[in-house]
Amino acid sequence: MRALVRILSWVYAVAIFGFIFLPVVVLVLFSLQATSFPIPPFTGPSLRWYDAVLADTRLTSALVNSLLVAALSSAAAVTLGFLSAWGFARFALPGSALMRGLITLPLTVSYLIIGMGLLVLFNWAGVPKSLLAAGIGHVVINLPLCFAIIYSQMGDHQINIERAARDLGAPEWKVLLLITVPVMAPAIFAGFFLSMTFSWDEFVISFLLTRFDTTLPVEIWNLLRSGLNPKTNAVGSLVFAVSIVLVVFFELMLLRRKPA
Amino acid sequence: MNSATNSGRALPRAGRALPWALVTPALGWTLLFFVLPFVAMAFSSLTPHGGGGFTLANYSQFFTNPAYWQAMVNSLQVTAIVTAVSVLLAYPFAWILAEQVPERWQRLALMLAVLPFWTSYVVRSYSWLLVLAQNGVINRALTGSGLFNEPLQLANTRLATIIGFVHFFVMLLTLTIFANLKQLSPSYRKAAADLGAGPVRTFLHVVLPLTLPGIMVGAFLTFVLCIGDYITPQILGGNNELLMPQLVMMQIGRRGDFPLASALSIILMAVVTIAYLACARWLKIERA
Repeated sequence: MRALVRILSWVYAVAIFGFIFLPVVVLVLFSLQATSFPIPPFTGPSLRWYDAVLADTRLTSALVNSLLVAALSSAAAVTLGFLSAWGFARFALPGSALMRGLITLPLTVSYLIIGMGLLVLFNWAGVPKSLLAAGIGHVVINLPLCFAIIYSQMGDHQINIERAARDLGAPEWKVLLLITVPVMAPAIFAGFFLSMTFSWDEFVISFLLTRFDTTLPVEIWNLLRSGLNPKTNAVGSLVFAVSIVLVVFFELMLLRRKPA
Repeated sequence: MNSATNSGRALPRAGRALPWALVTPALGWTLLFFVLPFVAMAFSSLTPHGGGGFTLANYSQFFTNPAYWQAMVNSLQVTAIVTAVSVLLAYPFAWILAEQVPERWQRLALMLAVLPFWTSYVVRSYSWLLVLAQNGVINRALTGSGLFNEPLQLANTRLATIIGFVHFFVMLLTLTIFANLKQLSPSYRKAAADLGAGPVRTFLHVVLPLTLPGIMVGAFLTFVLCIGDYITPQILGGNNELLMPQLVMMQIGRRGDFPLASALSIILMAVVTIAYLACARWLKIERA
């Protein structure tokens, strides 16, 4: 009986792993395709489609845009999230629960609707579509995430260190910069890198709020109109690689808090 | 979560401007770029296309135009199927990872199981197209092995949309259910065994009910993310049948009809809110 369960478990786990990895393996495999169609039979290996991606200025500038928007919007989200998390964790404010709820509320609304709302608002206010407009939207979706991560890591032991610093005469800004930020650094970096992965990959908001200069997911979307194409596979594999690097940073930052 | 313990002790009295200076930027951002846009959208949904005056026409269009109504029916059907299939596939998988895989391999196995999570969402849907297309991997395998003479029509169908969604949500649900199973104290199982329950009874009467809240949270997340998603149905489903997000985007893209798009978005949000209220007792997301 036990052995049967074991065997069935193995079969099932392998099947699900297969299902989960199938599209990714196909994507990466056919990005190495030597001929023009990303379908069987496999004719590779060849790096020609990676060359084609790197030679495509639309794609490379979209890649730079994506990284720029991701870095700046994540920095803004993590700064706002950190300051508010510190404020809520350290001081008694009237209506605090309600305000915390408001900050985390965007987590429950789909990106499409957040993007729609901003589009309608900017349209009325006469704000043109731009990377800045999309970046504002990215802060909206990542701020609650950064706030939740950092707020959940504000433990009691940090209060005592801060109190000691105050007792020794440090003004608030010094407590913040010299004590809280270093102590909270793992959570701050974790929030930053997680935001980076989400912003870097975000499509709908960027699609709605940018026009000429746009981000990589939107450019990839435009590429899809040309049908199946190994170049799309190559750019997709590159996006995957960048995401994995960001996730590894996120993991390292979150794991580092353990010894504390 | 830790900071909940803070409320038990006396926090410094907020007599000065400092605490407000800390929380105002985040609050201001949320009010200005999340609440205000929503108000603008609500306002816009009550104006006719082209402006001037107020009207309920955008909302009544939804209820009277069968094509719009059908998009909501399609969305609800697809979302319900995706949620059910994803839970049914993910639960045994999470259970195997938590119970059958040796402790020291669990973290690695889980990381592997969610690795494709981090591919670009647009690209992930596209890669399913490579698998499901007329001359894609599956059809080549089927016709090559002589099982079928004709390639199957897999891409641009509802089935393709569902497969793409299930792929994404199996990963998500595996994470939430795995976490839930690991939180379960082993003493419950021991107690059940001591009282004479076999493994099957223990699972059905102890483990499953105790992990139900986790399943519900995961299922709710699946519902919200699935019903509001535009990418997967647009890439994989084609335009044979429209889901709600596709309908919303169509109003903007092709017709520039912001008021109607706003009204449809608000209806979509209302559906999510109803779903939230329906399973609110299991969902304590706001405490996260």
